[in-house]
Amino acid sequence: MINETFLMNGYGLYVWSAFVFTLLSFLSLYIVIKVQYIKEKNKFIAKFGNLNSERATFAKSQRINREILSNTTII
Amino acid sequence: MFKHFEPNKIFAITSKAPKYVLVLFIIILTIGLTEALILSPEDYKQSHSVRIMYVHVPAAWISLGIFSVITILSTIGYIFKIRNFFLISKSLAPSGFVFNVIALVTGSIWGKPTWGTWWAWDARITSMLILALFYIMYLVAWRIYQNNDKVFKITSIILILGVVNVPIIKYSVDWWNTLHQPASINILSKSSIHISMIFPLLTMTAAFALFSILIFLMKYNTELIKIKNKGLDRL
Repeated sequence: MINETFLMNGYGLYVWSAFVFTLLSFLSLYIVIKVQYIKEKNKFIAKFGNLNSERATFAKSQRINREILSNTTII
Repeated sequence: MFKHFEPNKIFAITSKAPKYVLVLFIIILTIGLTEALILSPEDYKQSHSVRIMYVHVPAAWISLGIFSVITILSTIGYIFKIRNFFLISKSLAPSGFVFNVIALVTGSIWGKPTWGTWWAWDARITSMLILALFYIMYLVAWRIYQNNDKVFKITSIILILGVVNVPIIKYSVDWWNTLHQPASINILSKSSIHISMIFPLLTMTAAFALFSILIFLMKYNTELIKIKNKGLDRL
C-alpha cells in the first residue's frame, strides 16, 4: 500500500514532483504577500506614531485607519 | 451600485476574511490531496501519471479565469473611472500568474511520461506560455509606472491585447492538431472523464480557488494600507 502510494508504478517521481512544486509555489507566494503586508503595516504604524495629537485624531476619524490599527495580527 | 465597492467600506470585511479563508482552504486542500493522491483510481491508459491532472487542470482553469476577470474589471474601471477595480485587478494578478506557471510546469512534468518529452511547441502549450508573458507584462507595468493615469491605461491595453489569447488557448486543441488532448470536461455536452475522477478534480479546483481568494485578500489589504501610508504623508 505504502509502496504503491509512493512509487505509483514508476510514475511516483513525476506525480510527487508536480504536487510538491504546486505546494511550494503556494507557500512561496503566501510568504511573499505576507511579508509585503507586514512591511506596509509596520510602515503605517510607525508613521501614525509620528503624527502630532491633532493629526492623529483626524487620521483616527477615518474608519479604515482605525481598522488598520486594530487588526495588528490578521493572519 | 459601485459605491458599495469603496475600499473604506469593504476593508472591515477584507481585513478579517483571510483567516477564515485560510482555514477553509487547508480543510478543502487536505480532502482534495487525499482524494487525488490516494483514493482516486488510476487511469487505464496513463496509469498513476493521471494524478498530475488534479493540479494541472485546476491551475490552468484558474489562471485563465483570473486573466478574464481582471480584463473585465480593468476595462470597466477605465471606462467608468473606478480606481478600486484597478486595485482589485492588481491584487488578483499575482495568484493568476503563479497558477499559470504551475500549469506550465506540471504540464511539462506530465508530458515526459505521457508524450516522452518535457516540452513541445504545440498550440495549447505555446498559447499558455504567451499568457504567462502577458501576466509578466501586466505585473511589470505596475512596478514601472508610478503615474496612476498612465498605469491604468497601459495595464488596460496589456489586458485587452492578452485576453484575445484566452479563446485561442481554449479552442487551440480543436483548431489545430496538437499533442495536448482535447477537453475532458464539457459543461454543455457529455464529459469524457469518469465520475470517480470528477470529485477530486472539483475539490482541488475549489481549494485552488480559495487560495487565490486568500492571496487576493492579503494583497488587496496591503495595497489599501499602501494608499493610506501615502495619505498619512500628506497630513
